[in-house]
Order: sequence, then structure tokens, then C-alpha cells
Amino acid sequence: MDYSQFLTMHAELSLLVVITILFIADLFMCGDKKCGKGVYNTCLPVVLLTLHTVLNLCPCCGQCCSESVSAFGGMYQHTAMMTVMKSVLNVGTIIVFLMAHKWLSREENLIKQGEFYLLTLFTLFGMYLMISSGHFLVFFIGLETASIPLAALVAFDKQRYESAEAGAKFILIALFSSGLLLYGISMIYGATGTLYFDEVMQHWGTNGNANIAVLGLLLFITGMGFKISLVPFHLWTADTYEGAPTVVTGYLSVISKGAAAFTLLTVLIKVFACCAFVATWDWAFFWIIVASITIANLFAVRQKNLKRFMAFSAISQAGYLILGVMDGTAQGMTALVFYLLVYMVANLGAFAVISVVEQSSGKVGMDDYNGLYHTNPKLAFLMTLCLFSLAGIPPFAGFFSKFFVFMAAFNAGHPWLVLIALINTVISLYYYLLIVKAMYIQPNETPIACFKSDGYTRVALALCTLGVVVLGICGVAYNHIDALSYGLDTVARCCQGCGQ
Amino acid sequence: MIQIEYILVLSAIMMFAGVFGFMTRKSTLAILLSIELMLNAANINFAVFNRMLYPQGHEGYFFAIFTIAIAAAESAIAIAIMINIYRQLKNIDVDELTKMKW
Repeated sequence: MDYSQFLTMHAELSLLVVITILFIADLFMCGDKKCGKGVYNTCLPVVLLTLHTVLNLCPCCGQCCSESVSAFGGMYQHTAMMTVMKSVLNVGTIIVFLMAHKWLSREENLIKQGEFYLLTLFTLFGMYLMISSGHFLVFFIGLETASIPLAALVAFDKQRYESAEAGAKFILIALFSSGLLLYGISMIYGATGTLYFDEVMQHWGTNGNANIAVLGLLLFITGMGFKISLVPFHLWTADTYEGAPTVVTGYLSVISKGAAAFTLLTVLIKVFACCAFVATWDWAFFWIIVASITIANLFAVRQKNLKRFMAFSAISQAGYLILGVMDGTAQGMTALVFYLLVYMVANLGAFAVISVVEQSSGKVGMDDYNGLYHTNPKLAFLMTLCLFSLAGIPPFAGFFSKFFVFMAAFNAGHPWLVLIALINTVISLYYYLLIVKAMYIQPNETPIACFKSDGYTRVALALCTLGVVVLGICGVAYNHIDALSYGLDTVARCCQGCGQ
Repeated sequence: MIQIEYILVLSAIMMFAGVFGFMTRKSTLAILLSIELMLNAANINFAVFNRMLYPQGHEGYFFAIFTIAIAAAESAIAIAIMINIYRQLKNIDVDELTKMKW
């Protein structure tokens, strides 16, 4: 056995090192029981994760980034695009850790803060495996590693009943969706006799596709649809997002969703690239996207709880995200990753504001935000920036990311879909502006009192604002991502065989 | 030898019994059992495809073994969460888990 192939999975290995260090540091994190102050918390995980991100980005700048590598007989496949995707997830996790500082330094959470970092990083590890899997077993293990600790995170507030209810809803739906997904994978195994992505692909090329495999594909999309919370499979989302601790909701709505969306795209490109399948999944995604965007928008309008509102907004954003999957083009992949990056900073910024307001006043209702501008003008302004970016108003990054996914879907030949999405953008503008109106215009006799947030939260908010403003102005990020992306139209193996 | 169709029909029935149970059962534990039925239906599929169609490898068996281990981990978490709910509600019926709706 060639041990050097372990080096191809250097991202996973260095993340494991981070996890191990934090596992040991966990012993000391609680600190002195009397004064109740944590040591090493927030600072250590953030520094380690930043180091890990930088180390993994560096070798990518060299020549090794252009070609894809595979290890363990093709079970683990890695392309430069995946390094980008993993780094995006890392940055998101760093922001989540920064946001979590205030929540974790509460008395009942002090003893549990080490667990929070470990559980979060284990889900991140699962997402890494899932992203660069080359075999259905690795994919499935990655997916479950990403979702099992997440259930524990959702139910993290042991004393709060809502948290437990959200956890129960999350884990039952996660189990149900993995049941469907597994049944789909077993159908693909039955049709092809192998679970390696490459061999499955070769099988379609030589033997054509079987109807049983189409069933497998549809069940696969269903299973992933639950994870990304697309519309017919979205019913758990609002409840889970409302009940989970706000920081975890932010993690759930951005990182877990983004990793699943990217994996959906790469697996579809790797495994179901045959023409007949492409027609099937295009057809399925057309209706899923239309339903996700429209229904989520309509439900978002009537929400009174801000976390619930953000849940429906996240469902409709997921619909926009999946626009990049249509036809599996290289442009679509670029658009998806860029959209995810922009959505990440904007959404995490909004969640950081919600979290910091909830921690200082305990309020999450939309009416509670009335008059926030008069007491906390800076927070209100940051929230407005993030909401404008989510809605896609021009100077901010959200406009460009929406523009790119629309362009990708249009070039893939779906003008009607783009039209429906455009109309929905206007609807979404209405409900995002409802919050802005509440903060700036609505009078309130007892507004949330003025408060000062701690340094870590400020860094998180600053990072998010920077992302929202800078990503919109400089298009360099898009070009960099575009240089690395690949799709059915650029990979030569597309549509070989299938008897057509 | 039993033909493959019989076993596939059995696994399909198990699968949809699981889906039906997931939709209709009241107790969270019964829902968890229904989900185990679904996972086991998939496992039967893997084993039978491996045994009948592709006997030269062991991929299907291995997948089934890994699935069993993962299902056990998931049930452990699910039951832990249910115990947490029981402590606060003294009840684990899904009808009671309705504090957050719409």
C-alpha cells in the first residue's frame, strides 16, 4: 500500500489535528469553577481553524491545483474546486465560532463549550468527506457524519424545551431522508453492480441506463433535497431553525446547506452525466426550484418570529442556489460556489445580529425590532446591509451572485425558470424590507435597550460586512472560482454512449 | 433457489411499511422503529443484489454493515433527544410536539 496517498487528503488530516488539539484543550476550557470564566475558548478554535484554512489554501496556488487527484482506488477524489469549497466552509465556521462567544459564555453553557467546538468540527469533517467522495459509501458516511452531530447541536440547550423539540424534528427527518437516500443508492448498486462513481459512469457508457437507476436518481435527489431543505421536503426547516440555538441555526442555514448543495452538483456531474439522466434531473429541479422559491416566499411574508422568517428566507435562497445545478454546466458550478460565498456572509451577518440581540435582550420577534435604529444604529445598519444583500439590491454582493446564477440558468436554456425567479426576487424584496421598515420607521415605546457587544462578535460582524461590500465591488473572486470550475460541458466524458 | 423478485418485493413492502409508519404513528419511538424498517429494506436490497447479481465482490455486504453501524449511531442520538423531551413533557407523542407550528 502506498502511504503517500494519505497526503492527498491533507485537508481532512489537518482538520483532524485541529479536532484532536481542541479535544485536549476541552479539559481546560471550563477554567476556574468559581469565577466561571472560560479559558482558551473562542480564541483557540478560531486561531487553529484560520491556520488550517491558510495552510490548505497555500499548496493550491501551485501547480497541483489544476488537475484532479484520487486516492484509495478512487474512493477519495479531489479537485481544486473542492479546496475552494472547503475553504468557504472554513470561513463560515470561523464566523460561527466568533458569533458563538457570547452564547457560550453564559453560565449554563460554560461547561459545554468544548463540546460545541468538537461537534461543529466533526460535522465539518463529514462535509469534507462528502464533498470529495468518489464512492457512495464514503459519500454516505460523510453525509451522516455531517448530520448526526448536528442533531446534538440543535438540541444543545438542554434546559430549553424548544431546542429539544427542534432536535427531535431534525433527527427524525434526517433519518427518514437517509432511509430514502439509501434505498436509492441500493437501486443504483442493483443497476450497475458497483458503487465507485467512475465505474458507475463507465457502466452507463457501455450498457445504457436502466429504469431502476432513474428511480435511484430520484430517491437520491429526494434525500439531498431534505438536507438542502428544498420545497416538498422543507417542512422540518422552520421548526428546527426556530428552536435551535441561534448560532446553530446560522451554521445549519449556511454551512450544512451549502455543503449539501455543492455535493449534489458534483455527484450529479460525476455519476449521472448521461443524457437521459440529465433530462430527468433537469425536469425534477425545474419544479423543485419553482416550488422552493415561490412557496417559501409566500410563507416568509406572514412570519412574526425572526428566526422562522430567516428559515423561509433560507429555503427560497436554497432554490436560487440550485439554479446553478441546472444542466450541470461549469458556469453553473462557478455561480453556485460564488452564490454560496455571498449568501454565507450575508446570512451569517443577519444571524449574528439576531443572536447578539437575543443574547442581550432575549427577544426574537419582528415587532421587538421596532425602533432598533434609534437605540442601536450600527447594528440596525449592518442588518440592513445584510438584508439588502440577501434581497439582491445592486451595490451589494447579493446582486452579483443572483445575477450569476440567473445567467448560468439562462445559458443552460431555462429562460422561463429565470423569469419566475426574477419575479420572486421582487416578492422577497418586500419581506426583507419589512424588517428594515420595522427597524427604521416603526415607532416603539419600549425598544431594545442600547448595548455593547463583545469583541468577538464585532469581529464576526466586521467580517460579514466586509464580505457583503467587498465581494460586490471586486469581481476577482468570481474569476478565480471560474478558473477552477468544471461541468458537463467541459468534462469530455459527458454524454458518451447511453445508446444515443 | 429463491428468485430475486421475491426478495425485492419483500424489501419494497418493508420500505413502504416504514414510510407509512413514519407518516401515521403517534409515538416517536414507533416512528423510530419505522425508520429502522426503511433502513433495513435498503440493507436487504444491498445484500440480495450482491448475492444474486454480483457475487464476485463484497461491496453490497460492506455497505449494509456500515449502514447498520450508522443507523445505530443515529438511533442513539434520537433516543437521547427523546429522553430530553420526556424529562420536560412526561410524554413523547408527536401530537404533543407542537409548540412551534407554521
